[in-house]
Amino acid sequence: MTLTEIIVVTSGKGGVGKTTTSASLAVGLARRGKKVAVIDFDVGLRNLDLIMGCERRVVYDFVNVIHGECTLKQALIKDKRYESLYVLAASQTRDKDALTREGVETVLNGLREDGFDYVICDSPAGIEKGAALAMYFADRAVVVVNPEVSSVRDSDRILGLLASKTRRAELGEGGVKQHLLLTRYNPARVEAGDMMSVKDVQEILGIEVVGVIPESEGVLAASNAGVPVILDESSNAGHAYDDAIARLLGESRPLRFVDVQKKGILARLFGS
Amino acid sequence: MGILDFFKSRPKNTASVAKERLRIIVAQERAQRGSPDYLPLLRREILEVIKKYVNVDPDAVLINVERDGDHEVLELSVALPEKASAAAGGAD
Repeated sequence: MTLTEIIVVTSGKGGVGKTTTSASLAVGLARRGKKVAVIDFDVGLRNLDLIMGCERRVVYDFVNVIHGECTLKQALIKDKRYESLYVLAASQTRDKDALTREGVETVLNGLREDGFDYVICDSPAGIEKGAALAMYFADRAVVVVNPEVSSVRDSDRILGLLASKTRRAELGEGGVKQHLLLTRYNPARVEAGDMMSVKDVQEILGIEVVGVIPESEGVLAASNAGVPVILDESSNAGHAYDDAIARLLGESRPLRFVDVQKKGILARLFGS
Repeated sequence: MGILDFFKSRPKNTASVAKERLRIIVAQERAQRGSPDYLPLLRREILEVIKKYVNVDPDAVLINVERDGDHEVLELSVALPEKASAAAGGAD
């Protein structure tokens, strides 16, 4: 049996880019030949399906599987681009109590038995049940942070929960490995002194940086189209996500897109 | 960056303000982490009781739970004002 690694994408604060990140991590890992499932834990506010571009193919969801109303196989939506990539949508109609720890564990064990290499758990915002369950079984956590005060503070709260309210923490297995992913980073504003730098955020939170995603027009375009931004070859955000995946897999890559780009005459004329 | 921009952006560096504020609040919240939820309320109620007898400062009551092996120790410290005896006995 393959070793399945469970990665939670979490943040505390809403709107910082968890779903965008989950979608790009899942696609990027599948593109490297890994078998990947990405699960939306935001029951009642399903959105991962839209970002992945499979919203019209959702028949069964996560809660249906937990309640035994369908099999896991029936609920997994196969991606049209990568055949080793599957999406498990959140239920749109049930309330948050529809998720149970036993139910989540059964689904994750099912994915282990099916030989998945990675399961990406896309956490809802907040620290309530959905978020708690998304992180509970994780081996690793990607904590998505914007360089902004409320996001940084909330993510520190999440780091505390990862260190205490997870299965690994309870079993004394050394806790969940924590990775910091900065999103919406704007090097020009950092240089001007009105945005915290990577180093600032890292010093406050004290965890290792797995990636810095520059603020990019490509992210909105990607969600408009239902094509995760990592597939946009013209977007710096896409390249930055690919770097982050390489680092998650143990490669060392220098940080890109963290300094102000000096625009050449062509870039000035045609935009970037 | 032009010479004018250099002087314009000089006075307000809001990022460093943000960092300093976060450094303090995060340290404070980390220190409280793991302590029971009832502590703030307990602290407030104890303060009310003490205030009936002694006119103490709102910051005078410190309450803490420390883990010592298998058991937890509830640590309570009250700083009385310097003229506490005078205040308590001042009803004549």
